[in-house]
Amino acid sequence: MKGNDKRYWLDEPANVTKLYRGLWAVGIVLVLCDLLLHKHEVFTIAGWFSFYGFFGFVACVVLVVSAKGLRRLLMRDEDYYER
Amino acid sequence: MSADFPVALIMIIGAVFVPLLRGRARAALTLALPLLTFAFVLALPHGIYGQVEFLGGQLVLMRIDKLSLLFSYVFLLATMLAAIYALHAQDAAQQAGTLVYAGSALGAVFAGDLLTLFVFLEIAAVSSVILIWARRTKASFSAGMRYLVVQLAAGMLLLAGIAVRMAAGDGLAFDHIGLEGSGGWLIMLGLGIKCAFPLLHNWLQDAYPEATATGTVVLSAFTTKIGIYALARGFAGEDLLIYVGTAMAAFPIFYAVIENDLRRVLAYSMNNQLGFMVVGVGIGSELALNGAVAHAFADILFKGLLFMSMGAVLFRAGTVKGSELGGLYKSMPWTTGFCIVGAASISAFPLFSGFVTKSMIMSAAAGEGYMFVWLVLLFASAGVFHHAGIKIPYFAFFAHDSGIRCREAPTSMLIAMGGAAVLCIAIGSAPGLFYQLLPFAVDYAPYTPTHILDQVQLLVFSALAFAVLMRTGIYPPELKSVNLDTDWSYRRLLPTMAAGIQCAWQYAVSAVMSSLAPVVSGGLRQVLAAHRDDGLLARTWTTGGAALWMMILLLVYLLSYL
Repeated sequence: MKGNDKRYWLDEPANVTKLYRGLWAVGIVLVLCDLLLHKHEVFTIAGWFSFYGFFGFVACVVLVVSAKGLRRLLMRDEDYYER
Repeated sequence: MSADFPVALIMIIGAVFVPLLRGRARAALTLALPLLTFAFVLALPHGIYGQVEFLGGQLVLMRIDKLSLLFSYVFLLATMLAAIYALHAQDAAQQAGTLVYAGSALGAVFAGDLLTLFVFLEIAAVSSVILIWARRTKASFSAGMRYLVVQLAAGMLLLAGIAVRMAAGDGLAFDHIGLEGSGGWLIMLGLGIKCAFPLLHNWLQDAYPEATATGTVVLSAFTTKIGIYALARGFAGEDLLIYVGTAMAAFPIFYAVIENDLRRVLAYSMNNQLGFMVVGVGIGSELALNGAVAHAFADILFKGLLFMSMGAVLFRAGTVKGSELGGLYKSMPWTTGFCIVGAASISAFPLFSGFVTKSMIMSAAAGEGYMFVWLVLLFASAGVFHHAGIKIPYFAFFAHDSGIRCREAPTSMLIAMGGAAVLCIAIGSAPGLFYQLLPFAVDYAPYTPTHILDQVQLLVFSALAFAVLMRTGIYPPELKSVNLDTDWSYRRLLPTMAAGIQCAWQYAVSAVMSSLAPVVSGGLRQVLAAHRDDGLLARTWTTGGAALWMMILLLVYLLSYL
């Protein structure tokens, strides 16, 4: 069934960019919601402005960058254990 | 049948008939047995039943309370979904293995004493390995062997712990055990292997991805969750578990980011979810224990769903390597949709199951003032969305188009995935009903504006981090590779050491031999010299000489006699 050349909406890079910008728009709206909502948090740190948003972003960047670094130590060829 | 009847036996004995039947009759049996068991379990009264005297101890085959019932419900749901999922592949060994494994899992959660628990865990270990071997490849055979050795070792630790407790007069009862005596430590270590504690974890990531499409789905439901159940019974409130669980929630996500085999990514993410549950057990408050067992319930369904979707990809596309997949949403739109439901549930999106279960554990950790633990769990929550929520669907179904065009998953697989997806959404959207099943009364409201906003912010910004890293090319590409984990110690280090020891032994033997050779050959030369034709002991003697020697001998004899 190869060669099915139907074009999907996501095949268009411009549409992917639209999604990407849309996600940023959602993120900005959520940050603004933080101003409106009086939050009840256990820890003071969690009550900081948009703590969860910043934490999520930074956590994922740290996670990916350090995991990428770990590859140097841990990664082997696919047949490492068969050799 | 009364409540004294060990409910596990319905599926274990029923499994005997699986190889005797063919086609539809066999398929019907694999569905009917869990259904019948479910009907039986629903009618059970609470209490202690099935008491048997054994070697001076009291066995309790059926302890029926909210905790054991909760696990039995989800085990049976998982068994039924797996039976539907497996309808496309009629493999008697797998179908019978699944029933025995699921039956023994039920036996373990209803066990009211440690010996019964041990016996059912052993049956579970042996029957579950069939699901790995059923893949019928060399890699799956070796992985199954390693799995079996680890599982049986865990069983031995458990048995040793039971023996120590018996000797100390603690009896067989399976109630709170704690870490006061060495017996308790041994039992916790055995259960720790089953739960995949850090450094004891790697059997899970090693073996589960080597099983068949259905096999991994079934495996993901039982062994680790029996471990969580037993910890909740025996070790609730042990502080140590809070820190063990925190480590468990954090470290596997680094592996999950760089792992290429998407079912192995899920195995790492399962380890991370088990970490949350272990933290809940360690905190030990009513909220935390409710959270731990509720999350175990939810995890069986959403992790089963994710494994089902990856199993469907394996079945149709022939691989689950991230480096070889991409663009499958065009061929498998339904599977894609169900996978996204599983991904949203594990990531704890509002309206999906993880949101109402994991948050109980987080809330308990915060409420008890464990700020560091809470921050690590928050990091792990962002991480799980990153690797299970985004990476799995993204690399399998989206990313760059791999050009693979296959058929949508078989209808039976789609029905099973649909069922699991409906349950994930039902728990997340209407948690009230589900909360009634939990062991303690629930005084927790998941849907507060603060909680919803916090969680959505966390998830959207984690997604933004992924998108930014992708678009800037920083995100590590999927590469054909294996990553070293603790299995390296027994797959590489120990064999290398054994080979080294064998080499050294051979060298030592040959060194001793070569140093002895001149001595031995010198001695042999002497013997030969004495026995040669004209040698001292072989030459022909004169009659006079012989007579003289005889006289001397007789004289010596006479003298010694006197």
